[in-house]
Amino acid sequence: MTAQVPVVEATPTTSMIKTLGIVATVCGLIIVGAYQGTYSAVAANKKIAIERAVFKVIPGSKNISEFYAMPNGIAPAAGETPPGAVKFYAAYDANDRLTGVAAEAGAKGYADVVRILYGYSQDCRCIIGIGVVSMRETPGIGDKILTDRQFLANFTALDVKLNADLSALANAVKTVKHGTKSHAWEVEAISGATVTSKAVGKGINDSAQSLLPKLVPQIEKLRSRQS
Amino acid sequence: MTLPGQQEQKLSMDTFLEGLWRQNPTFVMVLGMCPTLAVTVSAVNALTMGLATTIVLVFSCWLISLLRKLVPKEVRIATYIVIIATFVTAVDYLIQAVSLALYDALGAFIQLIVVNCIILGRAEAHASKHPPLVALTNALGMGAGFTIGLFALGAVREILGSGSLFGLSLFGADFQPWVVMILPPGGFFVLGAWLLLFAWWKRRKGGRALIAEGQHHGA
Amino acid sequence: MGHETISQIVVSALLANNFVLAMFLGLCPFLGVSGKLDTAFPMGVATTFVMLVASLCAYGLNLLLSAFHLEFLRLIAYIVVIASAVLLVEMVLKKYSPALFRALGIYLPLITTNCAVLGVALFQTAREYDFLQSMAFSFGGGAGFTLALVLMASVRERLQLSDIPGVAQGTALSLMLAGILSLAFMGFAGMGG
Repeated sequence: MTAQVPVVEATPTTSMIKTLGIVATVCGLIIVGAYQGTYSAVAANKKIAIERAVFKVIPGSKNISEFYAMPNGIAPAAGETPPGAVKFYAAYDANDRLTGVAAEAGAKGYADVVRILYGYSQDCRCIIGIGVVSMRETPGIGDKILTDRQFLANFTALDVKLNADLSALANAVKTVKHGTKSHAWEVEAISGATVTSKAVGKGINDSAQSLLPKLVPQIEKLRSRQS
Repeated sequence: MTLPGQQEQKLSMDTFLEGLWRQNPTFVMVLGMCPTLAVTVSAVNALTMGLATTIVLVFSCWLISLLRKLVPKEVRIATYIVIIATFVTAVDYLIQAVSLALYDALGAFIQLIVVNCIILGRAEAHASKHPPLVALTNALGMGAGFTIGLFALGAVREILGSGSLFGLSLFGADFQPWVVMILPPGGFFVLGAWLLLFAWWKRRKGGRALIAEGQHHGA
Repeated sequence: MGHETISQIVVSALLANNFVLAMFLGLCPFLGVSGKLDTAFPMGVATTFVMLVASLCAYGLNLLLSAFHLEFLRLIAYIVVIASAVLLVEMVLKKYSPALFRALGIYLPLITTNCAVLGVALFQTAREYDFLQSMAFSFGGGAGFTLALVLMASVRERLQLSDIPGVAQGTALSLMLAGILSLAFMGFAGMGG
């Protein structure tokens, strides 16, 4: 008795291409559909999140507008960030007067980048508040930056005024050991959470050095809100 | 393609229940470990991840089952991956639209659902061989089982590591949380402990059955 | 935040943020292949190679997709590239080292579903690393994965000669081991910047 070997046909190339084409089209439609369908909801969510964060660091604000600060001027934010531009948010109160400016800062902490939003007021030439946007620091140690009152008090009047020719901060923001703060531009670290505290200080310094020299000379233009 | 002699499974309660207990992806098959350990630092995150994975699993298996007679076997893995990636991308946008906070909490692991061994494994082992309704029901059961596994982990880790459940503080302000539970080692330990528990329970059940058998024979 | 130096990135991915023990990537092969040292090490090397290729292609793909505003195709593009890289590795191994190819068996094509490989591509995109940083990241990550795998395999080989209670055998034991390793690696936190 001869054994019959079952013949398995290889799929012809045309039908493979046809099927792959159908699959690709269906998948493409699903992706594009999902993207378009959720676009406005996602944009709204992002806007709400930013507003909430900015209102927290600049109290008394009711509206925000996004801008880019560039060496040659300020422009409303739209589309892609031009190279060399720093994005910031101008916050206005109910009478459309400038309450302050907020910007993002970030530096590597213990585990990953610590991202914060800080609020700057031109009236005192200082930072008036910070909020943590994202962090993955050690719970119970690094995450004290969220709650430690003494640490947060560093940022109610952190001196960031510019030097005489407005090219950089007069005094760089520095994180110092717990109990050794002696100047208004220093950030006192949380005892036992030095790395995370330093990340916050460094992030603020980097961002302020980059933003304020571009922003402060032009800040009078932002005093009242243009719709 | 069904081999000669293999019947396409009829829809039954077992189709759904299989994934819940007997073939639970987390505790029995030990698949999909990466998200299981990474996002289960809280019960809410665990449930969201379970739900997201279930959605991707159900839709992917359903579509793959619909197309099962069309897809040439040479490119089937690649096709399945593309289909799964499509639904993962869609769910990614969906979560962003629902809650940005949840999206940040789950991070990259939403997109990593595409390489979750459970989904590709189910597609290959089941969805490609059964009609759409059967595949869908089975996928639903698997997803539910996975979600239960994630929740078991997330709840324990949150209770021990943060002293809360679903964000509600359980033990008051003086509770010293067992912080390691919400750090990476804690994930390993808690899952290991669950598996230990199940193994012990299974042995007891098996032991009892042996004793009962012995009594039956002896009597 | 592209401010990290190359050495910071490598040390961080290798030790402090080890892909397996800290970031929970690549767990399926970690628990599956780490039984024997002879298979664990080649598996680690093969995965590292795929990671390097994937990282390279992901960087290029990201530039391309961003230029055409097709970011929503990113995930599909990455995974297709990874699947192709794995096929490439399979062909090369089959030709030049058939014994190793057979030893790795089913785990070789499973590198495609290794979260660590896709994870490399996704993380380097999210962190906006440039080309050199991406390469350093994938190299460090792959080396870290291999390290974890080798450590696990060494311990498990030793354990085969020990008397373990029946209840704890199998995956439960591997997980407990992994937890202890992970705890140990936490000691590296803060290294590399």
